[in-house]
Amino acid sequence: MGNNVREEQERWEKTTLNKVLTKAKEREPVFKTTSQIEMERLYTSRNTDDIDYCRDLGFPGEYPFTRGVQPTMYRGRFWTMRQYAGFATAEETNKRYKYLLDHGQTGLSVAFDLPTQIGYDSDHPLAEGEVGKVGVAIDTLKDMEILFDGIPMDKVSTSMTINSTAVILLAMYIAVAEKQGVKAEVLQGTIQNDILKEYAARGTYIFPPFPSMRIITDIFAYCKDHIPRWNTISISGYHIREAGSSAVQELAFTLADGIAYVEAAVQAGLDVDSFASRLSFFFNSHNNFLEEIAKFRAARKLWAKIMKERFKAKRDESCMLRFHTQTAGCTLTAQQPDNNVVRVAFQALAAVLGGTQSLHTNSRDEAFALPSEDSVMIALRTQQIIAYESGVADVVDLLGGSYALEVLTNEIEEKAMKYIEKIDSMGGAIKAIEAGYIQQEIGDSAYQYQKEIETKKRIIVGVNQFQVEEEPLQNILRISPEVEKYQRGKLSRIKKERDQGKVKDVLAVLKKIAEGTENMLPPILEAVKSYASLGEISGALREVFGEYKES
Amino acid sequence: MSRKIRVLLAKPGLDGHDRGVKIIARALRDAGMEVIYTGIRQTPEQIANAAIQEGVDIVGLSCLSGAHNHLFPRVTQILKEKGAEDIPVIGGGIIPGEDISELEKFGIRVIFQPGTSTEDIIKYIHETVRLS
Repeated sequence: MGNNVREEQERWEKTTLNKVLTKAKEREPVFKTTSQIEMERLYTSRNTDDIDYCRDLGFPGEYPFTRGVQPTMYRGRFWTMRQYAGFATAEETNKRYKYLLDHGQTGLSVAFDLPTQIGYDSDHPLAEGEVGKVGVAIDTLKDMEILFDGIPMDKVSTSMTINSTAVILLAMYIAVAEKQGVKAEVLQGTIQNDILKEYAARGTYIFPPFPSMRIITDIFAYCKDHIPRWNTISISGYHIREAGSSAVQELAFTLADGIAYVEAAVQAGLDVDSFASRLSFFFNSHNNFLEEIAKFRAARKLWAKIMKERFKAKRDESCMLRFHTQTAGCTLTAQQPDNNVVRVAFQALAAVLGGTQSLHTNSRDEAFALPSEDSVMIALRTQQIIAYESGVADVVDLLGGSYALEVLTNEIEEKAMKYIEKIDSMGGAIKAIEAGYIQQEIGDSAYQYQKEIETKKRIIVGVNQFQVEEEPLQNILRISPEVEKYQRGKLSRIKKERDQGKVKDVLAVLKKIAEGTENMLPPILEAVKSYASLGEISGALREVFGEYKES
Repeated sequence: MSRKIRVLLAKPGLDGHDRGVKIIARALRDAGMEVIYTGIRQTPEQIANAAIQEGVDIVGLSCLSGAHNHLFPRVTQILKEKGAEDIPVIGGGIIPGEDISELEKFGIRVIFQPGTSTEDIIKYIHETVRLS
């Protein structure tokens, strides 16, 4: 049969195809993906000869999980529709959350402002101008209580995009749940907690790598005993891709970071099977439809092998790569912003066909500002249309078996593995970041991508072709400077009302534990409960650990 | 013989999105300019001081966090206080069109929005910085 296809294909090339090619050239001499993988004209069974179905693909819910992490996938339950949201104050964001939940969103995703992410209170000089801008401002437990007011924390899962201060926000989440009468062991959600990509691509680091990794492993250890359903980390390729990497680089650098976290936890004495099932991932869904789907599938397969072969994980759950996806913010255009709705729809579809566990769809106006309520509604509806109307959720790994997809899945896996081997040879992800290697690779790809746009080798509809004259976009969400004043006022009131002696004591205990080796979660939990502020807790840790400086 | 145009590129505030500024740094260097990039998390004071100390011909600010209305005018204000208001300041990032005229009032010469080509920025700098 295989031989027959080969012979027939050669015949087709010489006759039918050749006739056309001699008359009309193709649009490009070669067609390449963002990862510079050359795409052939036609894929047939000839291309998939060396794929062994049982070894390379297997069955959904079974190693190596190429086809998905659950046996029934979206036939059982749709992915979690989780729109990343947060702005201004806890009061305003709480309203947005209720709006989203009322409209059928199934999980929350908290965006924090930059001072919260970098460990400064709203009244810190470096917070000036930034309070409530890219997310909600959280200074003390009081803000967190307001943020989740009236939201059933035992039912709604919450993802928090928080990294260097993740341990503080997690402690606040636990403390608020306790006040709601919800026990920690039932809490479901995720903290991003992925510091390595902050150094490499996103920039909200505070401490140097060594103490940062210790905080992360402390979180792993604490959560396995106290919040067993919590995803302790979301190892993120999203921001690496946003910073300009290719699909292959996104995958490779993310998994290399993942390897570093597993190694750190194992070195800290944790058994790999005790924490690995709580690791989760976060990927970007960019424009090249097939490449993205292939990337998600390759990610599952590659991570499964890494966990089994490299880390000798015994449990199947330890080998399962579960991931959240966000459509690619960097593909949104300021020109003809309504076109972004279409881009997002294709990117979201790729994520679903790639088997994502949860999804955020960007809003059309995000090349200007945080999204307006109307735009968020369209973004959420996009997911619902894919889920309820398109039919793609009714078959597991719908495109599995596509010759082109299977070939591309393997190629992406191989190319990502080469990068991982290179990073291994440099001594791992932390060393590769410290040497600037990963940043350089990302920067090179970003520059090349930009050049392609400027030379029109890459067409962006509405930007470098099909432009129109247009009016500035109306109804952009604006964060008033009053937010900063309001937030500072709230903080100063809480600082007056709380028990100062208690705060002083808990911060002293925290510093002592930070200087030693004990788990830092319990003293941080004590600190947040006494209304010590995020800035004070981060400040105490800054004194002990110092700060990272970009090289 | 004209010397190279010296450009300071800076990221004021806490924003870590540096893809754009790094691409511009590289494009300006490829266009023969001398570029000093401050890295992320710079205060307006640090940026203004660096501009003066380095004797640059122009300052480019990049901000994607929405804090531009606060941070960009601070830079031009400090430059003015230090008698260096002749150094032109330009900006870019996630900046809504309706903010641009206000920023211009504070002495920001031009705002480049998403989708601008590096070629346009290079051209603008050449036209603005007339070297003797």
